[in-house]
Amino acid sequence: MLGAGYFGQFGGRFVAETLVPALEELDRARQEILPTPAFQAELHELLRSYVGRPTPLTEAKRLARRIDPDGGAIAELLLKREDLCHTGAHKINNALGQLLLAKAMGKTRIIAETGAGQHGVATATAAALLGLPCEVYQGALDMERQAPNVARMRLLGARVVPVESGSRTLKDAMNEALRDWVTNVRTTYYCVGSAAGPHPYPTLVASLQRIIGDEARASCIDRGALPDVVIACVGGGSNAIGIFKAFEGDASVSLYGVEAAGLGIDTDKHAATLSRGRIGVLHGAKSYVLCDDAGQVTEAHSVSAGLDYPGVGPEHARLRDTGRATYVSATDTEALDAALEVARAEGIVVALETAHAFAAIGAIARREAEARGRPARILVCLSGRGDKDLDTITAYGGGK
Amino acid sequence: MHRIDQRFVELRRAGRKALCVYLCVGDPSLEASGFLALEAIDAGADILELGVPFSDPTADGPTLARAAERAIAAGATLERVLEVASRIRARSEAPLVLFTYYNPVLVVGEAKVARLAREAGVDALLVVDLPPEEAGPLRAVCAAEGLGVVPLVSPTSHAARVEAIRHASMPLDGAPRAFVYSISMTGVTGASPSDLAAAARDAEAMRRAFDRPVLLGFGIDSGASARLAAGEASGGADGVVVGTALARRIEQAASGDEQRRAVRAFVSELRRALDEPA
Repeated sequence: MLGAGYFGQFGGRFVAETLVPALEELDRARQEILPTPAFQAELHELLRSYVGRPTPLTEAKRLARRIDPDGGAIAELLLKREDLCHTGAHKINNALGQLLLAKAMGKTRIIAETGAGQHGVATATAAALLGLPCEVYQGALDMERQAPNVARMRLLGARVVPVESGSRTLKDAMNEALRDWVTNVRTTYYCVGSAAGPHPYPTLVASLQRIIGDEARASCIDRGALPDVVIACVGGGSNAIGIFKAFEGDASVSLYGVEAAGLGIDTDKHAATLSRGRIGVLHGAKSYVLCDDAGQVTEAHSVSAGLDYPGVGPEHARLRDTGRATYVSATDTEALDAALEVARAEGIVVALETAHAFAAIGAIARREAEARGRPARILVCLSGRGDKDLDTITAYGGGK
Repeated sequence: MHRIDQRFVELRRAGRKALCVYLCVGDPSLEASGFLALEAIDAGADILELGVPFSDPTADGPTLARAAERAIAAGATLERVLEVASRIRARSEAPLVLFTYYNPVLVVGEAKVARLAREAGVDALLVVDLPPEEAGPLRAVCAAEGLGVVPLVSPTSHAARVEAIRHASMPLDGAPRAFVYSISMTGVTGASPSDLAAAARDAEAMRRAFDRPVLLGFGIDSGASARLAAGEASGGADGVVVGTALARRIEQAASGDEQRRAVRAFVSELRRALDEPA
């Protein structure tokens, strides 16, 4: 018999015994506090008046024509604008919900891991708003390539702890956050940033992020029809699961996740866990993992710090295996090209994570249009804005 | 009787506390770990934990994380650690516990790991990130090979949790009773010693709850702290586990000879301290 928190054969709770009672406590809070009218009212008021929800859908006509000049593949291209959330990405939906929960649980200290820094900034923001001390673990390499977010976290009063071990990226930051948590578990709340980690995090994070999909679905219906295709980038997979959840029951809607192919999925420099990983356990959950024949986790690579992770949330592993969602990938170069294209066509600077979703639109649209015998209505989760990536994007696009 | 259970019977009969020594196998090399293990046994270790280095050791502090990095660089894998185990077994009857994170076991295959472990002369597995709720399949394949799976308890394990662990970790037919690993404090390996005397009293309560030997680990870094952690002769823990403090001595030694001398000296110090009348 499987333990708690499984999605098919994926998920579970693979942690040191010291953390099990804390995860049980969190799961109780998730079930007993989160759904109460008082909690929901407080969360939704903050999402409205502080985060700026609901976020709009933007129709991207110019981008659609640039990707699909003759109009044979794309009938309509809609962008769910999570970049317009306070702090510039969907991560605030989760951080605010979890920190309200932490406060209700009586926790007095917050820790988080971050890759690109968007979850770190969101957690530091929510901690400042709620008056909680906050420490964020970030790989030293990521601190260099996402320097603006490091400055933002510090400005917001958080302590940013550089992680020098391993690949000095998100995976190592999560290792260090887990070490902090196991040491300070009685007082400290660990705010996990993606729909990954041990049960109940994947379920908790998905439940806080599904507002993306619920709003987008309602907006599509207001416009007259469900989309044919939903596309989102996948690192750990929180924005993707957040938008997929609302459409999972709509059989006519195809779901696509786009992973980071780095220098190419046939090289050893990529982060395409669902395309090239094997079943393993990393950071407390059974899912697909990039690891070698001996079970050592291998270092991922992506130009995008937020996707540079050798694991993926367990619910995506199930969606992949059941075929309900399809996972493709985009390389560093394809993502950078897409970021430039979106900026010039639509006047939106997208995060490099998000740019991976945009890079895959053309191929997915052609495939879906062919299967459906008509141009497809496409919804893309624009998960975050790219201010943090300006150095990388401008260095790449300087001559273009 | 299983070798590891026999060892606890002998220790109890002699009124001695068990000294369990953890070695990160492959640090500094696979060959050296085999020698260091035999040195530790010769100097008075009762049980050896043979650590499989893992790329993401989230329960370990910096010393053992560095040891794991060196061991991986030296080519250590779960299967190579078991080769070292079989070389130790050829020279010693000391109980051997394979100490690992779960991913190497899952990727190599639970049944294959259990079979290889039995062939190598290992007595039990301890999988640090595999709570008993997730350990059912591994316990079954291990029992089929005559191996135990060691459960862990922590200071955060409340009464209901202890009962759940006890229930889910009852020795299966064919498996040894082995022992329960009691973690002395909330933290990673190698953190500063906490209140070890209190931990020893908790360990005694665990022994009553589980009706199995209890070894206390984490934060034991000297003869004096081993003595404190073991507690009273008639109570306290059944023994102690020492890992980080040994890895630090191996790390700081300048040569292979110096490593062997350091292991011998430190294990002897622990042994003497544990054998002193309380």
